[in-house]
Amino acid sequence: MITEPGMFVLAAAEETREVFENVATWEKGLFYGLALISTLVFLGGFGRRVRKYRRGRPAYRFDHLPRRIVRAVSRIYAQATVSRGKRNGIVGVAHGAVMWGFTALLIGTTILAIDTEFVRLFWGEDASFFKGPFYLTYSVLLDILGLAFVAGVITLGVRRRSKPPTLDYTRAQEPEHGYDRGGMRRGDWLFVGLLLGLGLTGFLGEGLRIRANGFPDFEEWSPVGYTIAKGIEGVGLGAATASDLQHVNWWVHAVMALGFVALIPFTKAMHLVLDFANLAFTDPTSARRLPRPAPAPASGNGSPPTMPNPGILALEDLTWKELLSLDACTKCGRCHQVCPAKASGAPLSPRDLILDLRQWVDSSEGIPAVLDREARPEADGPRAPQGTPVAGGVIPSQTLWACTTCMACVEVCPVGIEHVPTIVGMRRQLVDGGDVEPMLQQTLQNFAQQGNSHGKSSRMRARWTKGLDFKIPDARKEPVEYLWFVGDFASFDERSQEASRRVATILHEAGISFGLLHDGERNAGNDVRRVGEEGLFELLVEQNLAAFESAEFRSIFTTDPHSLNTLRNEYPEFGDMRPVEHYTELLVRLLDEGALQVDRPTGARVTYHDPCYLARYNGVTDAPRKLLAASGAHLVEMPRNGANTFCCGAGGGRIWMDDSKLTERPSEQRIKEAMGLGELDYFVVACPKDLAMYSDAAKTVGAPFEVIEITTLLERALVRPEPVAVGAAPSDPAQAETS
Amino acid sequence: MGNDILVLVEHHAGAVHDSAAELLGKARELAAATGGEALAVLLHDGSAASLASGLPADRVLSVEHEAFAHFLPEAYVLAMAGLMADRDPRLTLVANTTVGMDLAGSLSARTSAPLAAYCIGLEVEGDVVVATNQVFGGKLHAEVEMPGGIASVVAGAFPPAEGAGGATVESVGAPDGLGNLRMRFLARVEPETSDVDITAQDILISVGRGIGGDENIELAEDLAGALGGVVSASRPVADAGWLPKTRQVGKSGRKVKPKLYIACGISGAPEHLEGMRDADLIIAINTDENAPIFDVAHFGTTEDLFDVVPALTEALEAAASAA
Amino acid sequence: MHIVVPMKQTVDLVEELELNDDGTDVEREYLKFISNEWDEQALEEALLIKEASPGTTVTVVGLDEVDVDQTLFAALAKGADRAIKLGGDFEEGISSHQRASILAQVIEGLSADLILIGVQSPEDLDGQTGVLLAGTLDLPHVSVAIGVEPHEGGVKVSQEFGAGVVHEIAVDGPAVIGVQAARQAPRYVAISRIRQAMQAGGLEEQEAPEAAAAGSGLTIRRLFAPEAASQAEMLGGDADDVAARLAQIIADRGLVKA
Repeated sequence: MITEPGMFVLAAAEETREVFENVATWEKGLFYGLALISTLVFLGGFGRRVRKYRRGRPAYRFDHLPRRIVRAVSRIYAQATVSRGKRNGIVGVAHGAVMWGFTALLIGTTILAIDTEFVRLFWGEDASFFKGPFYLTYSVLLDILGLAFVAGVITLGVRRRSKPPTLDYTRAQEPEHGYDRGGMRRGDWLFVGLLLGLGLTGFLGEGLRIRANGFPDFEEWSPVGYTIAKGIEGVGLGAATASDLQHVNWWVHAVMALGFVALIPFTKAMHLVLDFANLAFTDPTSARRLPRPAPAPASGNGSPPTMPNPGILALEDLTWKELLSLDACTKCGRCHQVCPAKASGAPLSPRDLILDLRQWVDSSEGIPAVLDREARPEADGPRAPQGTPVAGGVIPSQTLWACTTCMACVEVCPVGIEHVPTIVGMRRQLVDGGDVEPMLQQTLQNFAQQGNSHGKSSRMRARWTKGLDFKIPDARKEPVEYLWFVGDFASFDERSQEASRRVATILHEAGISFGLLHDGERNAGNDVRRVGEEGLFELLVEQNLAAFESAEFRSIFTTDPHSLNTLRNEYPEFGDMRPVEHYTELLVRLLDEGALQVDRPTGARVTYHDPCYLARYNGVTDAPRKLLAASGAHLVEMPRNGANTFCCGAGGGRIWMDDSKLTERPSEQRIKEAMGLGELDYFVVACPKDLAMYSDAAKTVGAPFEVIEITTLLERALVRPEPVAVGAAPSDPAQAETS
Repeated sequence: MGNDILVLVEHHAGAVHDSAAELLGKARELAAATGGEALAVLLHDGSAASLASGLPADRVLSVEHEAFAHFLPEAYVLAMAGLMADRDPRLTLVANTTVGMDLAGSLSARTSAPLAAYCIGLEVEGDVVVATNQVFGGKLHAEVEMPGGIASVVAGAFPPAEGAGGATVESVGAPDGLGNLRMRFLARVEPETSDVDITAQDILISVGRGIGGDENIELAEDLAGALGGVVSASRPVADAGWLPKTRQVGKSGRKVKPKLYIACGISGAPEHLEGMRDADLIIAINTDENAPIFDVAHFGTTEDLFDVVPALTEALEAAASAA
Repeated sequence: MHIVVPMKQTVDLVEELELNDDGTDVEREYLKFISNEWDEQALEEALLIKEASPGTTVTVVGLDEVDVDQTLFAALAKGADRAIKLGGDFEEGISSHQRASILAQVIEGLSADLILIGVQSPEDLDGQTGVLLAGTLDLPHVSVAIGVEPHEGGVKVSQEFGAGVVHEIAVDGPAVIGVQAARQAPRYVAISRIRQAMQAGGLEEQEAPEAAAAGSGLTIRRLFAPEAASQAEMLGGDADDVAARLAQIIADRGLVKA
């Protein structure tokens, strides 16, 4: 059964090792037979997945392909996305060790295979390069990386055992008849176990071989194997026994390895392959600039074309990238942890949504999953039958309506999943089917009829200017430098109206030429689009573009970060747009240029809340802080700040929906976060929706500080103009030069 | 054209509707000006014949037929059109209720008599009748003139007639055609009575469209709890199912007369005002300063109800615990 | 069953109403017009009947008033089968009597089994169109309906009275029902669906027949904003100030809970 020990054969040879040491020819044949099966299963599995992706709608993600590949490779090998975020450093290092170790071992095995089955086969034994210095380098490198691999797997396994909250698979919403995610946990442990088993049997085999071969000197270049061999000798194992055991171990290792390969497409292990692709094809701007719905097909041979679904109703309505993203998920739970909807007890967890979709898509396509799935007594959710509507069926409407589109999940996802566009795609389908809650329906009707969410006449839009002692020009009647896109809240909400008047006064006193569209302005449509009412969004875009067309101005500034986002990122797809900036950016520039001057520092102790649509969507984090600094305020940052901000709960149309069923509103959690900073005078905001949300929340929570709009402080610090104008900026807008 | 004023007396389940006294009071006043008579029309199936003697009219035209057992639009139209042709009144008054809304237009089309709808004022000026009417949801009033015709009168527009009864009752034959009507009465469905009776409450916290959603009703419940009152609603809230129909105040709901009525997020459509304007103390909370509710309220605020209501609840509770 | 739903464009009451120069009408030129909300209820009820009774068709009819296309296309997008726009000059507004006269002539040619129409509109100075139409066509009618369902070849109508009392009335063959509220809130129709309907066309346009000469018989002397019988005393300050004042007022009247 066992051939004669190879050490005699190789006694005088150069530094190398027998690849199929102790393995009979028939065993070798069996191994290759198994390897073939394993490879076929692997290819077949991925083949089915690829076929599934090809059923998806098109998504144009092949632009800048080399750059995409370089970005993906560098992100993966630097473990940049895995390490990102607090307390993820250790995870990044351990996961990096596993990934680098695994890659090295994979490359090592490949080299060996090339040498054994290709070079030697065609050019004879002497042509082998698997010997001498190459072999020694190979040995030491693989030993060290292999050790890192094992250490990494153990570290991650220990972390997994410690049950960190991110790896708690409890659903955000308990289905009526219960569910069981034990399979997911067992699937994960199978994955961890296989990796660990592969690493350990690899080293054990190496140790046994060195022991069996009688400790050749050059094997000291395999330090781990050598140490294990010494240990084996230490427990009194002779060379012959070691050789026998090595043979058994070799088979264990081989079967485990081949089994692992076969399992890759059906377990968590598929992320090894797919996350490279997903990171290469990801589009970080997709939430900023939502994709347009599938276009109507060109009408062919006279028969009317079948209209595509306006949103995501069937499997085919997901793009191939969305289908790929579902498979890319590793259940790391980071999105689950940062989601404000989840944090406030809403029935949404981005993780659950992705996992539900994946399980449903795969079972609809007949692609099996080994252990890694949720069990349910009822055929609903991820277990819903093939053909179930995706929006409102597989994923309940209430889950979809819970999203604030804050984009935290997209930002935090280490593998490049874009949850927000998928959620909006499903919402589009709900809206198309009229599945809209009454309060939201009323608001959408207000938009369609009056062009604003407040249901006020558009002629009331500029009424907030009545309290001013100067008149703001109508940009449609006289040319201005800046067009102020005020937005609904800043125009109609009483609290924000005061802020609007303050901003107007500051700009007026600085001699800036700016104007309004008055009743020509419509809601910019950012959140209308994110609600899923694409047609209404397009209508608002057309109306606003027509209003821009009729006005004369150089650039736009907005009060509302949501308006900023759509005007800046989405409108250019519909028509000519001039530059768009946030009013905080404009004010900072005016300070820099000296048009505004400060001399009375307020000395207030404040914290600042970054609006999602300003900080995370558009990267504007410095301007508000500069304004605070100019105001002489002492800024105390909240733990979650900048692009890592926490949503107030108003985005994505949530402000027009019922939020009373939440356990604790995101805005209230945020106020408490600020209350943990010690004594504060003010909680400063730079978004009209924030002013409304946080004023309410501060009252509810009983916060000891006041919620104020950012120019409240700036105004106090400003040098006020003398009664007689001294060196005022030119009043003729045509002469007013800026930047 | 004659000089009589014809008034349709509305009655249900053996009781005369409040509107009859108001309409008849006005009819007698107008009849005095025209020199005619105030004629009350009582359509009944015999069981309600006794109501005739109590009507404050100059004369009661009593028409008996089994088709009048309940209000049946087609039967009523036949009878009224017949009487209008026979008596040639200067004016025909109906209440702007379901009954009146159903009849007035149909009679106008059939008899070519002009119609003034949502009428709140009626005067005779020589040859013309001048009517004042609510239009555009009560935001405007329209003063119109017509030679005579029909007016459908908003409840509460005229004071009820004082002194009652003693009118001559004249039996009038039923019109032809009542035997082959194209509609028949099936059932009268009473509202569920398991809920509280809002007409018997001293304090009502009433919520309107401005409350936004059923989840926010809680705010009003809390305030009602602090005051020992009950929550009622305007039509949109009841229609949306946020509160039961039994809590609806207004023309199609209940008419209430509590000691305190707090209207939260109610703009005050005429139909709603009709049901609550007689409350002793009315407080209105509505962000729209032009809302008609402020016309009937004693105190008002344009602060957001979501701020004021909890604050008021708190203030009342604090006062209670301090006492 | 063939259901006809006449739809009317009416002044958006959100707008501030300004009077024309002689004060006999609102200044229509600058006003915004929206679909009469009760007509939307009637349409919803018609669509509910259609969904429950296969073979039912729904035709909406509108005069060529401001933005009526939007209303008619929305009706098509919601599920109406036909939409007819009656051309003519209606910029100055027309009385309910004239409207009923025009609709009566059009509907006579449509062989309708049922006419569902909003029970009222904000501009019914000379009466509600539905009952005027019924009177003109000598059809039976029921107003203030909160439910219409097929019943023994005709329909069963739930007619609402004050205090929550409802009468159920069976009505045979062609009839006009004035709808107060549909059995469920009017459905939402996505704007893209309305736009698709617009692209598909399908609006049948025909000239409106002449309205009967008689008109409403009313002469408008003037329109005016009502003077409030008693204007509320408005309380200023923030919510807490207002709450404190109100609590005091309530306490002064002895209305606080014992």
